[in-house]
Amino acid sequence: MDELVLKEQIVDEAAMSRRAFLRGTGLLLGFALTGASTESVFAAPASRVVENEVTGTFAPNGFIRINPTGAVILVIPMIEMGQGVYTSLSMLLAEELEVNLDQIQVQHAPANHALYVNSIIGIQNTGGSASVRAFWTPLRQAGAVGRHLLIAAAAKRWNVDPATCRAKDGVVFDASGSKHLTYGALAKAAAKLPMPPTANVKLKDRKDFNLIGTRAKRVDSAIKVDGRALYGIDTRLPDMKVAAVAISPVLGGKAKTVDEKAALAVKGVRQVVNIDEAVAVVADHMGAANKGLQAAAITWDHGPNVKVSNADIVKQLEEESKKPGAVARNVGDVGKALAEATQRVEAIYQVPFLAHAAMEPMNCTVHLQKDRCDIWVGTQAPTITQSQVAELTGLPKDAIKIHNHLIGGGFGRRLEADGTVLAVKIAKHVDGPVKVIWSREEDIQHDMYRPYYLDRLSAGLDAAGKPVAWTHRIAGSSVMARYYPPYVKDGLDPDAVEAAAEPPYALPNIHVDFVRVEPPGVRTSWWRGVGPTHNVFVVESFLDELAHAAKQDPVAYRKGLLGHNPRVLAVLSLAAEKAGWGSPLPARHGRGISVQFAYGSYTSQVAEVEVASDGSVKVKRIVCAIDCGMYVNPDTIEAQVQGGTLFGLTAALHGSITFKDGRVEQSNFDSYLPMRIDEVPAVETHLIESIEAPGGIGEASTSIVSAAVANAIFAATGRRLRSLPFDTDSLK
Amino acid sequence: MAFTLKINGTPHEVDVDGDTPLLWVLRDVLGMTGTKFGCGQALCGACTVHVDGAMTRSCITTVDSVGESEITTIEAIAQTPQGAALQKAWLELEVVQCGYCQSGQIMSAAALLKYTPKPTDDDIDAAMSGNVCRCGTYQRIRAAIKHAAGV
Ligand code: FES
Ligand code: FES
Repeated sequence: MDELVLKEQIVDEAAMSRRAFLRGTGLLLGFALTGASTESVFAAPASRVVENEVTGTFAPNGFIRINPTGAVILVIPMIEMGQGVYTSLSMLLAEELEVNLDQIQVQHAPANHALYVNSIIGIQNTGGSASVRAFWTPLRQAGAVGRHLLIAAAAKRWNVDPATCRAKDGVVFDASGSKHLTYGALAKAAAKLPMPPTANVKLKDRKDFNLIGTRAKRVDSAIKVDGRALYGIDTRLPDMKVAAVAISPVLGGKAKTVDEKAALAVKGVRQVVNIDEAVAVVADHMGAANKGLQAAAITWDHGPNVKVSNADIVKQLEEESKKPGAVARNVGDVGKALAEATQRVEAIYQVPFLAHAAMEPMNCTVHLQKDRCDIWVGTQAPTITQSQVAELTGLPKDAIKIHNHLIGGGFGRRLEADGTVLAVKIAKHVDGPVKVIWSREEDIQHDMYRPYYLDRLSAGLDAAGKPVAWTHRIAGSSVMARYYPPYVKDGLDPDAVEAAAEPPYALPNIHVDFVRVEPPGVRTSWWRGVGPTHNVFVVESFLDELAHAAKQDPVAYRKGLLGHNPRVLAVLSLAAEKAGWGSPLPARHGRGISVQFAYGSYTSQVAEVEVASDGSVKVKRIVCAIDCGMYVNPDTIEAQVQGGTLFGLTAALHGSITFKDGRVEQSNFDSYLPMRIDEVPAVETHLIESIEAPGGIGEASTSIVSAAVANAIFAATGRRLRSLPFDTDSLK
Repeated sequence: MAFTLKINGTPHEVDVDGDTPLLWVLRDVLGMTGTKFGCGQALCGACTVHVDGAMTRSCITTVDSVGESEITTIEAIAQTPQGAALQKAWLELEVVQCGYCQSGQIMSAAALLKYTPKPTDDDIDAAMSGNVCRCGTYQRIRAAIKHAAGV
């Protein structure tokens, strides 16, 4: 993309957000996420400095904008959806740029693969707990380049050796400290300097970090406690209409009858748009749109998927999982080892479809014009969204402007562009901008679900109880095959087997394979924790079964298999110690442990539960030990451990999407139950200090918790629950 | 129909059907987007406002039921002592994640503290269990309410 287009995009973003904001609450922004820049800002490919005398803005790379008024704007490549990425990535930049977090403004990055790609994912996507891992070095380098140029500009003006100058809090000082210039005063001159060779730009030593590793305050908190924060759903534009939408309840169905007249009779309703797969009622406000949609009394032709049911989906998985799949790992001779084993253990595990149910329901605002299409949405995948809209409208990609927003919970849902695509299809029939908002019921019933998986496992133990053979077959949908086919080779979906193909234990003979089974009439996608959320539950529960079969303590048994894996061993030992593993508990109370290596981080959790005589499970305490290498902000890590744990725990206790007659049976928070404050256990985090490369944190607790709780339930009751959500009736 | 709503101390004239939920009048007609839509069925608390000081789910409150009552939204809750104390505690304890539920959380907590200045854990459970947070900030919400209340 050329600079001009990008420049326009960022300016648009700023202007739009500012206008939207001013029409909104009428308050002033103390801290601005977008829109605070009054200057044109623009970006250059990281390898070049663009001449920018017109505005005087210093923009040495895609991430830093300093204009002569002194505003320091950081363009953050990954989107903020609660995980704290605007703070952590700002800390990486600010550390090297030598600015304070209270001096900066943060701006959403536009869609631009070249500037903002996540190098781990290969797309400008926010996901996979990969933001800090991918940007740990590039953002520090970008900050250091900025600092280097600003110091050089000051040194040039003072006619001194740059090596004698230093920068602090957005000001450059000379050797004596008597002369100083602010970054704003230097912006124009710095913008004219040639880019330094990377070798000349030294990154700070870890011991000199002022910000990285501290409990720096979140940059987005203030606007989130008084209603100022703008999410996609808060978009307001001149002459904008809002639309309520009803999507065919069965995938592939079409609207049969629509009482358009009745809908239009509702005060405030402007238009009814029927695009077969969905019907939208366009109105002045959502109250009218919803009422109009009711009045339209839509009936549907359900199409070919009307018979889809969970029972059939599970039956299909049971059958298909009897056949061999794509081999993820094959070490030693499992057949021989099984035959020779003293003891054999077999099990089938199952996990359900899950909805994301983020608090901000799906929504998207579109203004489609002859030569451009503006999209206001919170997306984890701006470039994918841009491409899909380009394809749908026939417009060139550069004409698709993605105005990204804070997301009211992503959890993987906003990696998909389906909500935007639907909104654009509706917008094709609407003059002027239209904001499409899904009801909670539409959001839950037309999600793209975490796949249902069925796993078959077997293991052989030797006389000492050690596992000499391990087989694991995973059957389910492949999200990767649809989302990113190049990553799937010979039928093997690396996500579907992540944390199953390589359990951390010494397993001399192991065979793991994957059978792809696509359920009809169901769309599947990424869900917080991705592959490991399913696999760690299965592997860590089954490992516990083996410990039981070997008549050994679950912690001691694991330790015996982890001698080669010191970082796993360390988190396991720490979690067990902090949880008081082994100390006595009352009847029907139990502790369970699980460990994982995923997203580049090592995690262990101990859950403590109480199972009442009616079978209900109360999770009383979760102790989490984590080694995520070098870390940016321990407070964010604790927040992510708390939140991630509850996200996984909610699913383990309550989460299940089921299909009947082609429809999703759940619809709102009374049938797809969220965890509430009165149910929440205390979650403790114990962080291991490390100088290893940074690991991911956003999903680590989500994927590990259900096994710890399942193992604790077993310890409390002797009942092994192999399916999620937990069937508490079986615990009576 | 025309209604005059008293919101954050200022009268606002709106012309909508009487059965229009207050939530959409605030958000779409008056442009006050701090109050959030989450479920539309009084199941999540994202839309919580105060009507004459009482915690109210604006998604199921029709505009014709409000009458002369004083409506307070997140945009003005800082003007109450409870609101100001809670916002400060929210910042000190870094409660927010995505933030989407937090307008509603603070509004519910402000109503709690107004009538129960020194809440117990049970009081907090009772007052706050109607507010869903999918990011799982509950532990910090509880701590921040106690912090604001000085208990
Ligand atoms: S939107 Fe009103 S309670 Fe959920
Ligand atoms: S902070 Fe995200 S839903 Fe509560």
